[in-house]
Amino acid sequence: EFDELCFEFGLELDEITSEKDIISKEKGEEKAKGASDVVLYKIDVPANRYDLLCLEGLVRGLQVFKERINLPRFEKIIPAEGEGQRLIVTEQTAQIRPHAVAAVLRNITFTKDRYDSFIDLQEKLHQNICRKRALVAIGTHDLDTITGPFTFTAKAPSEIKFKPLNQSKEYTASQIMDLYRTDSHLRHYLHLIENKPRYPVIYDSNGVVLSMPPIINGDHTKISLKTRNVFIECTGTDITKAKIVLDIMVTMFSEYCEKPFTVEAVEVVHPNGKTHIYPELAYRTEKVKPEYINKKVGISETPSSLAKLLTRMCLKSHVTGNGNHLEIEIPPTRADIIHACDIVEDAAIAYGYNNIQMVIPKTYTIANQLPLNKLTELLRLDLAAAGFTEALTFALCSQEDIADKLGTDISATNAVIIANPKTAEFQVARTTLLPGLLKTIAANRKMPLPLKLFEISDIVVKDPNADVGAKNYRHLCAIYYNKSPGFEIIHGLLDRVMQVLDVPPNEENGYTIKAAEGTAFFPGRCAEVFVKGQSIGKLGVVHPDVITKFELTMPCSVLEINIEPFV
Amino acid sequence: MAGGNQGTLRLLERLDQPGASGGLCSIQAAAELGVDHQTLVGAVKSLQALGEVIEAEARTATRWELSPEGEEVLRDGSPEVRLFRSLPEEGLPQGEAMKLPGGSLGFSKAMANKWVRLDKGAPGGPRVLRAVPSVQDTVQEHLGQVRTGGAQAVPERDRSELKRRKLLLEMTLKSYWIRKGSAFSTAVARPETELTPEMIATGSWRQLPFKPYNFSSLGLPPACGHLHPLLKVRSELRQIFLEMGFTEMRTDNFVESSFWNFDALFQPQQHPARDQHDTFFLLDPAEAPQLPPGYYNKVKKVHSQGGYGSQGYRYEWKVEEARKNLLRTHTTSASARALFQLARQKFTPVKYFSIDRVFRNESLDATHLAEFHQVEGVVADRGLTLGHLMGTLRQFFTKLGLILIPSGLKKWVEVGNSGVFRPELLLPMGLPENVTVIAWGLSLERPTMIKYGIKNIRELMGHRVNLQMVYDSPMCRLDV
Repeated sequence: EFDELCFEFGLELDEITSEKDIISKEKGEEKAKGASDVVLYKIDVPANRYDLLCLEGLVRGLQVFKERINLPRFEKIIPAEGEGQRLIVTEQTAQIRPHAVAAVLRNITFTKDRYDSFIDLQEKLHQNICRKRALVAIGTHDLDTITGPFTFTAKAPSEIKFKPLNQSKEYTASQIMDLYRTDSHLRHYLHLIENKPRYPVIYDSNGVVLSMPPIINGDHTKISLKTRNVFIECTGTDITKAKIVLDIMVTMFSEYCEKPFTVEAVEVVHPNGKTHIYPELAYRTEKVKPEYINKKVGISETPSSLAKLLTRMCLKSHVTGNGNHLEIEIPPTRADIIHACDIVEDAAIAYGYNNIQMVIPKTYTIANQLPLNKLTELLRLDLAAAGFTEALTFALCSQEDIADKLGTDISATNAVIIANPKTAEFQVARTTLLPGLLKTIAANRKMPLPLKLFEISDIVVKDPNADVGAKNYRHLCAIYYNKSPGFEIIHGLLDRVMQVLDVPPNEENGYTIKAAEGTAFFPGRCAEVFVKGQSIGKLGVVHPDVITKFELTMPCSVLEINIEPFV
Repeated sequence: MAGGNQGTLRLLERLDQPGASGGLCSIQAAAELGVDHQTLVGAVKSLQALGEVIEAEARTATRWELSPEGEEVLRDGSPEVRLFRSLPEEGLPQGEAMKLPGGSLGFSKAMANKWVRLDKGAPGGPRVLRAVPSVQDTVQEHLGQVRTGGAQAVPERDRSELKRRKLLLEMTLKSYWIRKGSAFSTAVARPETELTPEMIATGSWRQLPFKPYNFSSLGLPPACGHLHPLLKVRSELRQIFLEMGFTEMRTDNFVESSFWNFDALFQPQQHPARDQHDTFFLLDPAEAPQLPPGYYNKVKKVHSQGGYGSQGYRYEWKVEEARKNLLRTHTTSASARALFQLARQKFTPVKYFSIDRVFRNESLDATHLAEFHQVEGVVADRGLTLGHLMGTLRQFFTKLGLILIPSGLKKWVEVGNSGVFRPELLLPMGLPENVTVIAWGLSLERPTMIKYGIKNIRELMGHRVNLQMVYDSPMCRLDV
């Protein structure tokens, strides 16, 4: 039933499990002993629905969807002049983490579950919209332990000294970095500030460190179940995302304040003296024509019915004018709604995808094949008919495969080089199909001889004239592997390929082969293929060194040509 | 074979003659038919193999034959007789007598027969003299009898003696006593195994029986080439798209700029998919030399400030980030290029498709490779709806044979993604505002693995492929 509800709401119930199940799957049953049996529902949430990342938001969303409650209206309370909290941003932050926003949750009541959810939401936001704290980092503090105004500045690591969260003594910022170098969690964030001359830091008016974003909070301001007033700051490099994150934090947890859904504003003072009041908690109104929604979805609902559907999706809507418009209020929880098309999507979800009538478009078109692919398809059939079997090898390989092993230097290959390969198998894009076929034979040495393989696929070379600086070429490569090299067989295959391409064997308007050299070929057993005087590739007996380097033992001959001139 | 059959036929005819009702000896029959006995035995055996055509009882017979020495004796007489007959009346000294025809063997035999005597006291040394006035060459006579088939008439003692003297050879002969069988017919002959050009030329195939084929065994595999199973599925999918009226897009650039791979698709520059973690970025060429002038400014604006009815992402869009080259992570970059080209002309509705390689910097396992094939379909027309997208998908997946979920598999299997392109993607390109573009994508490997029951993707793509699997894989008909 819950599965169905999730589906209706546009979510996917991924798995029903328990902590015990998870641990036992990952680490074995032994370790799972004593773990919780409480049933866990794992739900896949769309990446941009930050309002569904915690139980509070998800339950609220589903309740509104089922029309059990109305979407609460979030209210920003601006304290009287001089009574509110202020966060002063200094110009030193500009070079490292220029943006900061903040808000206060007054008279909140935590329970164990609420507290856990509060911590968990911060972690999920950090991993998601905050891009592992690179864009935004969240700090939450017990306001009653500190005194404003607060200062967000940046200082040399040696000048920062405080007791980090859950530590027993004070460390300098440099020491903190060393302390967390092996921390399974925090070590992933150190690189964000590590090599900077100044680290970001937030102080209260008495010099108490609230946090050193994006690494760690101070222990002094640690919140507990007894905390009543929470100071939330978000610092970052992307102001839009910082504002969204703050809005999400306060809209999710203001529910537990004495006056539910109210948030106390904080004034942020910028280095240039300008001030901003946060959280924004902005409500935006979009006007959309009902027929726009109907036409995009393929339904014909009345304006009032559409308004009702959208309201169920937390987009409070009503019909205006003479029924020609819908006015839709986008709440601060729905930062994902950035265009009318997002409203259309929510209307479709609420309507139910399964209820939309499937229609085949009347779009009338004449199909065309890409000439290069059509040629490839035809050639594949003729090569198989000639007794050769098709291989399908990787376009990525090691530098060795296309250079050292073929007796040439990587600089001579003009190959595209990958910056961040995880293994040596993916260092470059191939410049020839030959290594792939040789590796295919090496992996199939048990098969009866002869082995006759081919592949028609793309290779890649650098090309400064191409818009991206590199270009594909469609190659045809064939190999004959047996107790004798069988040059005449590969030569015969070339003749056959030319025959089916209707290219006659003559120099002026057909093809010829001329003695040539190639590092991959046995000296004197290599020829270059010319079509109308233009070189399109080579054929020959593979050099014994190449055979050995690819862990093969038998002689073989190969043909590799570019087929693009035949399109 | 024809000669062999000829023998078979003649044997059957002989058996069919009156007087053969009691049966025939194979040796005798061979002599009568003028064929070698072994040939006749062959005919008997092949007839036996046909069932109850004849009955043949194996017999063992003994036959006497002259040895080469025996033949000599038959011609020239036995050594003892020859010695006796050349011995003069007055005799000869022993030394000279030994040189007579018959020699020492004749001498010792003649002595044993008491036809000659040795006078040891004769003057000038021992002398050989006749002891009887005349002799009869019974050895020669006996050999003559054997020669004419009358071995039985020679007393057994004499035959043994001749055998001992290696003049006669005793041959054991396996023969058959042949009678008509219950299914006797002269029409039966050994069936031919194959039709020959001679049979066709002479028309003899009309009379000849042919051995039945064994249809339960496998035939000889033909020597042939094979297409790769995944690429057979690719061909089938191309065919499906063409049947549905979709035109193939250019996809011949594995190297793509971040601009086309991400920015043009309205994917923000901080999106997790743009992480080093998931994408192969390039060291060389690290940056795309050209971004489409004019258009890239519009992309920049819609990301950083919005427009076209959009709030935008409101962040600082960096051209350096857009120039970063990578190996395309999807073929949607190619679709973006195709739509951009479409927007250069007066709009006409299009249906596009592509199937080509894409690259992900992922950890490899049984279902993930660093490169795989993406199948993509795109329809651009005025007034397309979500219902049209779903209708197109149903049509497409029905052709793929993936609409019917196998019973027992209750959960939907996710094979791809689909959606409607955002206005922030289409309008900066210059497409008309009322044009909707619907698109969907899936991997080529996933339906192939489902269809062919392949568990490990590495068996399907790359050099570690099992060629036997390629040799043995069936043709691809996804709708069957």
